[in-house]
Amino acid sequence: MTVQKTILEIRDLELHFPVRQGVFKKVRGHVKAVDGINLDILKGEILGLVGESGCGKTTLGKSILQLIRPTNGNVIYNAKDETVDLCALSDAEMSAHRKNLQIVFQDPHSSLNPAFTIYGSLQDPLKKYGVKSAKERRRIIGDLLEAVNLRRDYMDRYPHEFSGGQRQRIGIARALLVDPELIVCDEAVSALDVSIQAQVLQLLLDLRAKRDLTYIFITHDLSVTEYICDRIAVMYLGKIVELADAEDLYKNTLHPYTEALLSAIPVADLDRKSNRIVLEGDVPSPMNPPTGCPFHPRCHKAIAKCKTHIPEFKISVNNDDVNHYAACHLLDET
Amino acid sequence: MTSDIALSVKDLKTYFYTNNRCNKAINGVSFDIRRGKTLCIVGESGCGKSVTASTIMQLLPTLSRIEAGSITYHAERGDIRIDQLARNGAEIRKIRGAEIAMIFQDPMTALNPVYTIGFQIEESLKYHTDLSLKEIKKKAIDLLRDMGIPMPEKRVDEYPHQFSGGMRQRAMIAMAMSCNPKILIADEPTTALDVTIQAQIFKLMDKLKAEHDTAIMLITHDMGVVAELADEVAVMYMGNIVEAGSVDDVLRSPKHPYTRALLDSIPVLGQGKKQAIKAIKGATPDPYERPNGCSFAPRCDFATKECDVMPDEEYISKSHRIMCANYKAVS
Repeated sequence: MTVQKTILEIRDLELHFPVRQGVFKKVRGHVKAVDGINLDILKGEILGLVGESGCGKTTLGKSILQLIRPTNGNVIYNAKDETVDLCALSDAEMSAHRKNLQIVFQDPHSSLNPAFTIYGSLQDPLKKYGVKSAKERRRIIGDLLEAVNLRRDYMDRYPHEFSGGQRQRIGIARALLVDPELIVCDEAVSALDVSIQAQVLQLLLDLRAKRDLTYIFITHDLSVTEYICDRIAVMYLGKIVELADAEDLYKNTLHPYTEALLSAIPVADLDRKSNRIVLEGDVPSPMNPPTGCPFHPRCHKAIAKCKTHIPEFKISVNNDDVNHYAACHLLDET
Repeated sequence: MTSDIALSVKDLKTYFYTNNRCNKAINGVSFDIRRGKTLCIVGESGCGKSVTASTIMQLLPTLSRIEAGSITYHAERGDIRIDQLARNGAEIRKIRGAEIAMIFQDPMTALNPVYTIGFQIEESLKYHTDLSLKEIKKKAIDLLRDMGIPMPEKRVDEYPHQFSGGMRQRAMIAMAMSCNPKILIADEPTTALDVTIQAQIFKLMDKLKAEHDTAIMLITHDMGVVAELADEVAVMYMGNIVEAGSVDDVLRSPKHPYTRALLDSIPVLGQGKKQAIKAIKGATPDPYERPNGCSFAPRCDFATKECDVMPDEEYISKSHRIMCANYKAVS
């Protein structure tokens, strides 16, 4: 395999929301939604971001695109001709780069304006990036609707006339309009029925091949990630606990949280009766995370060290695969 | 064999009437729920799974009607025809909550935000049992403890917004189980929850089934859940049960093209990228403009002329039935 170019370098990214209470709105603590993330995204790959609700996956996606400004850290973007730190840009400077970095939102019902036709919603990005003639805009939108397997004349209809799967495809078409390099798919298939979900997944894979795209695929569904992603990062309480090639993550799971997550998924296969690890309790509050390893109160393998020391996120030592990272004390024990 | 059947539904038809149009939401559905067994109803959104549940519970909206068919509840004191009881009459209210209980999909909208969790659990105990208020309170705490909620003595006086999603769902189950119902209807109980919490809820439901011999009807769209929990499966499409049988029948040797397509369209964990997932072409038809014959025919790869008339239900083995004109061609 050829060495892939790194398109995004995320360094120590932090996003802490202040919690204000009382009459004087004094800051009483921080919700550490994204807490020191280091991640490289390679050109042309599909990176899966998985975790339970509240683990910060969506916030990470949005802070990469500067839709929510991170409080600390850098997002270095290697564009075609220049290298910029997105976190250091002003909003105006950022808008020039938004052309290359797009997002598909989770809920196709609330992300399209019900008062506009599809053409009305989709023409805005084109106007902004310099397509002056309305005829030209209609041509581009029409071509894209066809690219996502919809009919050209659908652009004069309103969002309520479409089913969920069609609306999600319109959302994908909107992200593609300005010919981006990277698309963040935030739970893009979670709201869809399985038969429609398969159509959209196939579409995403086709588009990647045709248009040389890179995806960050945020989801809570591990069987979908295994199917579509090249690499998977598992998040827990604002931190990445394990990062590996998709196949390696399933075959050679290192972190106990990933293990529990994988064992909890019901599989539509009667021959595989799983030895399920049922985690006790809920995800702890990110405002007041446990000391040491954030996962230790629910971990079935926790040792004394886990309560006091935060494990380092590093290349796993007990196998030769250099691409497998994990943050767990148990890996040092053997 | 009839003794272990808790509830039987025969040729049930429920229609909705809006704007002079008729939506045949359930169009002739038959199944049995057995004691100590789980029946899973699977299907995509809009196929009539939830309407089936609300028909059994008599929770249908006013603009709908049970058009034909019967729902028979086999109680210890004799058979009761639920479809013939007066809507919200004394009899159905006696059964509902006490003998047939329901868990709803979204615990945030199903719980009343202005009453404490304890009050909402105690409510059905007050109505259905002769226990004193003190005993009722104790029972509510015990129920919460059984559901694995920490510090139930304190939690019982808290409001729904103070509970997390998984805990709310467990409180809902506690409410449903408060009077030891004979039948539990769970309408997508874990769809809104994370897989780790879902695993906790399933463990709980299995325990209830084993301890109280409860008959469970579980509505889901997730084939994985079916493989995990079901004893029997019914696959619904556009208001019909297109295939039904034991979990072995349906998952190991699916005969209906829809069941097969559904199973082919989901990525299975542990098979990596090599698996070929096949999308089902098109989308579910408009419920007001149903195809004349088999409702799956427009999306079916095996459709022939015979599919223009509604196929009959056919038993291909003692437990396995199917609604397809040319299922032989499929296998």
